[in-house]
Amino acid sequence: MANVITDETIDYVGILAKLELSAEEKEQAKKDLAEMLDYIDQLGELDTTGVEPMSHVFPVNNVFREDVVTNGDDRDNILKNAPEEKDGMFVVPNTF
Amino acid sequence: MNILDYTAVELSAAIKKGEVTVAQATQAVLDQIEKTEADLNCYVTLDKEGALAQANDIQKKIDAGELTGPLAGVPVAIKDNMCTEGMLTTCSSKILGNFIPTYTAEAVINLQKAGAVILGKTNMDEFAMGSTTETSAFGPTKNPWDTEHVPGGSSGGSAAAVAADECFYALGSDTGGSIRQPASYCGVVGMKPTYGTVSRYGLIAYGSSLDQIGPLAKDVTDCATVLEAIASHDLKDSTSVERETDFTSALVDDVKGMKIGIPRSYFGDGLDADVKEKVLAAARVLEEKGAIVEEFDLDLVEYAIPTYYTIADAEASSNLERFDGVKYGYRAEDCEELHQMYKRSRSQGFGPEVKRRIMLGSFVLSSGYYDAYYLKALRVKALIKKSFDEAFAKYDMILGPCAPTTAPRLGSSLSDPMKMYLGDIYTISVNLAGLPGISVPCGVDKNGLPIGLQLIGDCFEEKKLIQAAYSYEQARGKFSLRAKEGK
Repeated sequence: MANVITDETIDYVGILAKLELSAEEKEQAKKDLAEMLDYIDQLGELDTTGVEPMSHVFPVNNVFREDVVTNGDDRDNILKNAPEEKDGMFVVPNTF
Repeated sequence: MNILDYTAVELSAAIKKGEVTVAQATQAVLDQIEKTEADLNCYVTLDKEGALAQANDIQKKIDAGELTGPLAGVPVAIKDNMCTEGMLTTCSSKILGNFIPTYTAEAVINLQKAGAVILGKTNMDEFAMGSTTETSAFGPTKNPWDTEHVPGGSSGGSAAAVAADECFYALGSDTGGSIRQPASYCGVVGMKPTYGTVSRYGLIAYGSSLDQIGPLAKDVTDCATVLEAIASHDLKDSTSVERETDFTSALVDDVKGMKIGIPRSYFGDGLDADVKEKVLAAARVLEEKGAIVEEFDLDLVEYAIPTYYTIADAEASSNLERFDGVKYGYRAEDCEELHQMYKRSRSQGFGPEVKRRIMLGSFVLSSGYYDAYYLKALRVKALIKKSFDEAFAKYDMILGPCAPTTAPRLGSSLSDPMKMYLGDIYTISVNLAGLPGISVPCGVDKNGLPIGLQLIGDCFEEKKLIQAAYSYEQARGKFSLRAKEGK
């Protein structure tokens, strides 16, 4: 196959994806990613010179609304599903 | 008459006439669930008591003349990626295994306003990523037509529940075929509306530019009626559009003069012979009723899958960043610092297919590859859209199969993801171009498994699809698992 995914690349993508892969998962991910990229590479056969990337199928731009507050204080609801909370705040492990 | 024989619209009419009560209808479905659910696993969460309580409340409103709509009193199942206040919403993932939303998705609110009895939440591929419902963290759903086979996916629980009379209709979501393909595999009607027709507010996002909520139903009349109920212009979803939504006015048995195009490439290699035969037979039925059917060349079909997986996975990798173990959902235990907690929660909480897509999505968006992969895919998407525009300049709709085969055997798909992705060939470009598509049962294969006919329309042309599908259905006659079993 044309694409070869190195250990460095898979580690880097793991950082971007915030995933911790086991050694076995890493080997599988290298294989899967290379196979998918080989497949996606066929898009290179198409000449897209001058074609604008289309992110939205309809010609909509920014959708504006009046700058008026419509939502109230929803703190208690927002915290309802928190794995851990204290005094109306989310609790997380040490950040250092 | 057995209550389960009613379609959703028939049931609501019978309730209004006083022939059936909402509680009786709800109990009939709950009894059916009791009988078949152990074999099928359509539901992640079933709310028996809540459903019966809603039934009594809705009955009072119907009796008082407050609820008069065509779906009042009818029990429904909701795919488990739509938020329901106070009811577990898991996306069939361990990472949301304990998530109880504090608000309800707009499409579900619209059904509640229409007097729906919400039975529970249906099984799906984890985060809607899959074509078989086998990637669910809560075990696969089985196909009611043959429990050795998958129901399709990702809305497999919803499609199987409708087919097995474990509800009268269901909501699903369609990012690359996730309503139409399971509808095809389970012998029910499923529709993906034009992008922006149904609000995505409260739908847990997979590929935001592709996701649409839509109905899975027993027939085309129910499908159009449900779509009319859930479609709304919602300011909470900035991609929601303002449009006409009188879909039931298109339930007319007439296809005279309709121009239907059949893409030659949809009937080439890889298409099962039985599927080909039955879909082309359905095209002849429409032709005999006065439609003008001809073959044509639709460009770029083979490029839809690589384009889709680049865009969908890129969006997924971004959308799924929110699952970090801080605000809701699963958190890994005994973590010493924040980044370790993020990584472990996600690695333990997501299943293999979701991780595979997050990895690919992160890669195609990463610096140095963004232009070559992500932007390239967005450019090809523009070309695909253009090729559909050219087709719809000539035809009212495109006709083809929904999937290359009927439902595969359980356990035969996940080992080769690439092969599974290729099965999306006929459904996926519809999402890329934002088009509406409907799947209608058109027969069974040699093993007795259902085959789906797919009709694809131009943006906002749902009514043409509904009219053609309804006309076909009139000619075809009744098609359901109950009818097959002689019930």
